[in-house]
Amino acid sequence: MRLRRALMKILVPIKRVVDPYAKVRSLPDGSGMDTTGLKFEINPFDEIAVEEAVRLKEKDPSIEIVAVSIGGAECEEQLRKGLAMGADRAILVETNDPLDSTVVAAELAALANELKPDMILMGKQATDDDNNQAGQMLAAKLNWPQATFAAKVERGDGIVRVTRETDTGDETLELPLPCLVTTDLRLNEPRYIALPGIIKARSKPLEKRPRMTSAAPKTRIVRMEAPAARQAGRKVGSVDELYVALKDRGAL
Amino acid sequence: MSKLLWIAFEASDAPAAAGFAQAVGLGFDLLQISGQPVTDIGADKVLSANLSEMPTSDGLAKAIAGVAGGYSHVGAVSSMRSKDVLARVAGLMDAAMVTDVVAAESPTRFKRPMVAGSILATVEVLSMPAVLTVRPAGFAKGDRGGSSSVESISLDATSVAKRLGASARGGARPDLTQARVIVSGGRPLKDAQTFESVIGGLADALGGAVGATRAAVDSGIAANELQVGQTGKIVAPDLYIAAGISGSTQHMAGIKDSKIIVAINKDPDAPIFEFADYGLVADLYQAIPELRAKIGK
Ligand SMILES: Cc1cc2nc3c(=O)[nH]c(=O)nc-3n(C[C@H](O)[C@H](O)[C@H](O)COP(=O)(O)OP(=O)(O)OC[C@H]3O[C@@H](n4cnc5c(N)ncnc54)[C@H](O)[C@@H]3O)c2cc1C
Ligand SMILES: Nc1ncnc2c1ncn2[C@@H]1O[C@H](COP(=O)(O)O)[C@@H](O)[C@H]1O
Repeated sequence: MRLRRALMKILVPIKRVVDPYAKVRSLPDGSGMDTTGLKFEINPFDEIAVEEAVRLKEKDPSIEIVAVSIGGAECEEQLRKGLAMGADRAILVETNDPLDSTVVAAELAALANELKPDMILMGKQATDDDNNQAGQMLAAKLNWPQATFAAKVERGDGIVRVTRETDTGDETLELPLPCLVTTDLRLNEPRYIALPGIIKARSKPLEKRPRMTSAAPKTRIVRMEAPAARQAGRKVGSVDELYVALKDRGAL
Repeated sequence: MSKLLWIAFEASDAPAAAGFAQAVGLGFDLLQISGQPVTDIGADKVLSANLSEMPTSDGLAKAIAGVAGGYSHVGAVSSMRSKDVLARVAGLMDAAMVTDVVAAESPTRFKRPMVAGSILATVEVLSMPAVLTVRPAGFAKGDRGGSSSVESISLDATSVAKRLGASARGGARPDLTQARVIVSGGRPLKDAQTFESVIGGLADALGGAVGATRAAVDSGIAANELQVGQTGKIVAPDLYIAAGISGSTQHMAGIKDSKIIVAINKDPDAPIFEFADYGLVADLYQAIPELRAKIGK
């Protein structure tokens, strides 16, 4: 019989993204996003990933949660929030290099090979790029099984059982550890962090280190523009009028 | 060699290959994982795996990557499944990836929405191969005709992840991503039963599909696979009727390609009226039964 491992390590990648509720526009010259005056947050799906890791830890205090972000010094803010939510320590892979999902996956793979986590819990997509790529690419690089779009995560002996959302409903997968899970909206509702938590998190370890790979991006955004606006429509005064209008357009 | 390998998990994913390949100016082969081989969309050849059960992503991605070597482009219709599997294929092939392509400027330049559709980005692929998930609504429908040769292939898709069970809801209604008419409901629908009778009832009267907002899904009023939007399904019906939906950026990101949007909302200032072709300021509990009576079903 296999002995249950006493210590489990969960790696949670966190991306700093522009406020997901803000109205974001492209810069007039098409060179990027206009973020003037906008807040930055943990990517909401990553916040769900931290919350899930913390809930697993609440059931098994021997779990260690390591939050990691790749990006500029400003990402420390989101890592501190992850620590305040309950992560044990954080790593900032500090760089101002252009990143795409292939670079993120390469860096996270190098880190995973060093830290040897049992599970990587991360967001299904970043709400700024809406790519939905990094997790699957990382799982491929590590040759680990994956469960994307998780709506429920349960731990068993050497395995996790994940209920995941699909195009037609949901399905339950059983994955041996180590494995990678990406979170969907309904996995949990992240806790509210009160001020004392944030203050306490200031004393948790946050290590800054340089990139571990020389992976170069394989894609580059060359232009950002406003999407074609929909033609403004009109108000109709009654169901009758709506019905006639739709009939006239051949929509009914 | 510049050539596209189009992955069709099911037969219904195949036809979109034609319009996309035409737009990019590439010839293509079709790798069909399941279903009757689709031979009339202009593929040079159809590789038919004819699997009876869809493998989980680790095995399937490995099998696809095994076939995809030598192609410059690997594409599929955007869906949760293609995102799950193809991003892993990209990882295995060390390939570039562009998700949710809505237009092609060249074989290496694609347009895609980001930040919940607030921005349209032009993405340049810097190294080949490129893995792409494609939203068919952005492309003309390709011609059908001719007859491609079919090659049976056996895929070794042995997976580490085990599927313990799956729900297949859906029922008799058309698939959201293919539907010509969609009726969607939001937060004010009280409970699952009300949602089903009010929203589902109108959808059935119109032969359409049912959609929902995140708010409706989160509160258990609607099933998760009905969520439309940035993080749900992207739809492009001829007619989209939104009832009790405020029009958040995240929801609108999923419906912008609809031909006609109708909004029924009791708040005259609801943001959805800025996007709707026809806006009706009304209580949905009165307006929808009235509309059904008019339709006569
Ligand atoms: C990361 C992230 C991802 C998200 N992804 C999605 C997504 O994919 N899809 C999505 O939909 N949302 C998504 N959301 C949520 C989104 O921001 C909104 O919260 C959600 O779309 C609101 O849903 P709603 O319109 O049903 O509810 P509300 O915003 O509460 O609107 C309800 C509307 O109903 C009207 N109303 C009330 N009663 C009646 C009545 N009797 N008759 C007529 N009208 C009535 C009200 O006037 C109001 O306008 C996401 C959010 C985040 C942060
Ligand atoms: N710069 C980054 N640092 C840490 N994690 C990241 C970074 N970029 C992406 N991720 C992770 O990858 C997930 C998917 O991102 P994406 O593929 O960009 O949609 C996110 O939810 C994060 O968990």
